[in-house]
Amino acid sequence: MVVMNPAGDVARQQADLILWSTGLMLIIILPVIVLTGLFAWKYRAGNADAEYRPDWDHSTGLELVIWAMPLLIIIALGALTWLATHTLDPYRPLTRIAPGEPVTPATKPLVVEVVSMDWKWLFLYPEQGIATVNQLVVPVNRPIQFKMTSSSVMNTFYVPAMAGMIYTMPGMETQLHAVLNKTGTFEGMSANYSGAGFSYMHFPTRSVSDAQFGEWVDSIRRQPDRLSTDRYLELEKPSERVPAMGFNAVQPGLWDKILGMCVKPGTPCMQDAMAKDMNRGAHAPVSNRPPVDKPDGALFKAPEEKKGGENRGAPIETPAGSQDRGGKENRSFSAIDRSTLPGVPGRSSAVAGA
Amino acid sequence: MSETLLKTIFGRLTLDSFPIHEPILVGTFIAVAFGGAVVLGALTYFKLWGYLWKEWFTTVDHKRIGIMYMILGIVMLLRGFADALMMRAQQAMAFGGNEGFLPAHHYDQVFTAHGVIMIFFVAMPFVTGLMNYVVPLQIGARDVSFPFLNNFSFWMTVSGAVIVMASLFVGEFARTGWLAMAPLSGLDYSPDVGVDYYIWALQIAGVGTLLSGVNLLATIIKMRAPGMTLMKMPIFTWTALATNTLIVAAFPILTAVLAMLSLDRYIGTNFFTNTGGGNPMMYVNMIWIWGHPEVYILILPLFGVFSEVTSTFTSKRLFGYTSMVYAVLVITILAYLVWLHHFFTMGSGASVNSFFGITTMIISIPTGAKIFNWLFTMYKGRIRFELPMMWTIAFMITFVIGGMTGVLLAVPPADFVLHNSLFLVAHFHNVIIGGVVFGVFAAINYWFPKAFGFKLDKFWGTVSFWCWTIGFYVAFMPLYVLGLMGVTRRLRHFDDPSLQIWFIIAALGALMIAAGIGALLMQFWVSFRNREALRDTTGDPWGGRTLEWATSSPPPDYNFAFTPVVHDLDAWYDMKSRGAVRPTEGFRAIHMPRYTGAGVILAGCATVFGLAMIWYIWWLAALSFVALLAVAIGHTFNYDRDYYIPVEEVIETENARTKALAAGA
Repeated sequence: MVVMNPAGDVARQQADLILWSTGLMLIIILPVIVLTGLFAWKYRAGNADAEYRPDWDHSTGLELVIWAMPLLIIIALGALTWLATHTLDPYRPLTRIAPGEPVTPATKPLVVEVVSMDWKWLFLYPEQGIATVNQLVVPVNRPIQFKMTSSSVMNTFYVPAMAGMIYTMPGMETQLHAVLNKTGTFEGMSANYSGAGFSYMHFPTRSVSDAQFGEWVDSIRRQPDRLSTDRYLELEKPSERVPAMGFNAVQPGLWDKILGMCVKPGTPCMQDAMAKDMNRGAHAPVSNRPPVDKPDGALFKAPEEKKGGENRGAPIETPAGSQDRGGKENRSFSAIDRSTLPGVPGRSSAVAGA
Repeated sequence: MSETLLKTIFGRLTLDSFPIHEPILVGTFIAVAFGGAVVLGALTYFKLWGYLWKEWFTTVDHKRIGIMYMILGIVMLLRGFADALMMRAQQAMAFGGNEGFLPAHHYDQVFTAHGVIMIFFVAMPFVTGLMNYVVPLQIGARDVSFPFLNNFSFWMTVSGAVIVMASLFVGEFARTGWLAMAPLSGLDYSPDVGVDYYIWALQIAGVGTLLSGVNLLATIIKMRAPGMTLMKMPIFTWTALATNTLIVAAFPILTAVLAMLSLDRYIGTNFFTNTGGGNPMMYVNMIWIWGHPEVYILILPLFGVFSEVTSTFTSKRLFGYTSMVYAVLVITILAYLVWLHHFFTMGSGASVNSFFGITTMIISIPTGAKIFNWLFTMYKGRIRFELPMMWTIAFMITFVIGGMTGVLLAVPPADFVLHNSLFLVAHFHNVIIGGVVFGVFAAINYWFPKAFGFKLDKFWGTVSFWCWTIGFYVAFMPLYVLGLMGVTRRLRHFDDPSLQIWFIIAALGALMIAAGIGALLMQFWVSFRNREALRDTTGDPWGGRTLEWATSSPPPDYNFAFTPVVHDLDAWYDMKSRGAVRPTEGFRAIHMPRYTGAGVILAGCATVFGLAMIWYIWWLAALSFVALLAVAIGHTFNYDRDYYIPVEEVIETENARTKALAAGA
């Protein structure tokens, strides 16, 4: 059970908290379950020996106990919650990488910028100047600062072995600080439903030694692909089951533009809209970047603009794979042709394999 | 015909909107059409249409409306549970190379529909139906405050259910999850009819829920029998009061948030869009400000049921009535202070998260006190293990486990790893099945003899009980384990083959629950067949303690020939133990509300309006909306709304009861 036996210090503390809280609550829960069974048996109608007091309905002493006991437990649990919520605040830079191993002031966390897209994950490594899709590689025992946003709808970034999840939201930055203390490959995923390709929105998270991390960075730098603005816009289009990709370089300033929802040339940035709003004074800045490419409201559509309300379960074209039941080629249905992936020159369709 | 004309007439409804290429849906449609044809044919053959219309559809009698709510709940339970079986089957199959039998497009609708139907069209009708049936009887009233409004509320709920069911065969349902979170539910990402079906089904049903909340609130405040002060009200009525307060205060928020979402979708505003000043996080906040009170709306009346059942079947006064009442009130108030615990992971600061975590935990104190109160009601009692009591004991054990995992989820750092996981799914099914569903079954078995005059069959009831309780544990304990293995919700395909066994176990559990539902239907049938053997002539088959047991089973239209006077809590028990004698003369004609078809017609117009809006058929929407207003205004000119039950009829009814009681004694 990866949640209870994780590989990162933050998740470890979260698992411990689960155990402590459960233990505290069992102090109440177990007696209740036992007493329910006991009373049900002892005071069954068939048992003439048991005392019967039909009008007994109050006991100040008992009332005191049944209100005070849960109260005491909740006071203890509440105190624990207050402390743990503050120490394990995902926005708070790590102060230790493991019990008894504080983070030295000299340690700089590895910054990874995370973008959830329909339906894949983009990771930017600003320090290394590289980017990857659907693969996250981090050096073991080095604190990592994740800065996260989304290109379209909400998702959550979740690597159970490392730390809890945090939402990624368009036009906003959320943060997570975490560390992995063991080397190995761990599952990462989106945990918040985001549309048709959601089920395949997972990625391997590899924790490797510093030397291996350096080698891996070099191997990505040798990849031919570069994450330019055009390439990003291509990548952003919905696609499913996208295999891992690497980009040897990233367009400067791309992250800020993703965050401002203005990668597309000519689109005003959220930050500028907010700055302008702030300069007008009088109220807190509003994230009112003017909409671009926004669909018209239904009432303003001319009749011929109404898209048919077709039931889209209809196969739009012949689906990939064999139509025979149990056809052999269907076994490898999830392994898709790279040429059908977004951004690969000569690709035919935006949605691979759907 | 030109495309413009066609689309002006039919909006976006085209031949493609009918899923004729989906074998599952075509099969379902054939089965439904066949079953429907048989039912309609039978109704016509036995000439039951007039009876149904005159005695049931147009009724303003709270008892009949309550029964119709329960029937709606059971019918929708079958649909919602079919969705559950499909999900369990898909997740048990779809590993590695196997894609299962549901494409994403279908699966995503199934889990959305399952949640929406189970909450809005199963749990809510059950809860509203129980309150409708029992509350007026418990407070010694002849009907609710606004009998016509009650009929209208019911049909608006039906209208919402009809719209959801229509989405199965025309177009599609939302693919967003049961709360249709923005921005996914916005026009940018869900341009199809699914989210519109969602919006209009909930808006129309929501009108019904809100109005029935107003109605019951007014009934409880204004129509209690003389002598029944607030602190002498039966505990079920107290919980109904709390629930309806929550409904009246919470449902307008849902209406508002869905109205804003529809403005975004229909006229292009930017409430919840990513740009243009919109804020999707506001949607998440607002829907949960309604959504959290909603779970207490569902559970509180069942807390009341368990209190009544425990006290009746232990033949003992409820332990700690006063602390029970205060516990309900504390829960009602705190229900509004915890909504943020549904999204600790959305990036709030540590202090905000701790605040909402701790308020959530505080709710467990009154809830724990209630559990102890039921426990000490059993203590030194004489427990009869009839079906309602069995459900209550199963509830007590199951619910504390669900409560414990709930408090665990209220610890923000623990929630970071458990949020949106199958642990969460297991938790809320643990409290909703273990609390609401078990409570509804306790209530059905408890009050069925009151409503129909005969008890339910114990054998099939016991079979259903064991299938449900064991099935529940088999179906949901694996999900707790999977959650701790880092498996999240709403996935339709998995890669890790080691997880499969847990999903197979869960699917077996779901099949056991299916057997439980089958046994429940069997129980109704067998009981109906053996109704003479199961007949109860006393009107008080369980040795009840509250006023509903003072009248006959089923109660006459007017409930009580004389309004009872209340001197103590457990008024009927008090009357019995003081040897109160039932009056047999001095009857008078009784003033009653007259039945009306306006509710059905209004809800029919609302259904047409909803469907027209969903399909962008503007002319029809305008027409049906005008018709809705015209009928509503027209109905206010109907002055023929009441009549008197003649004194002879009252005497005849009461004499029959006198005879039946004498024969039974």
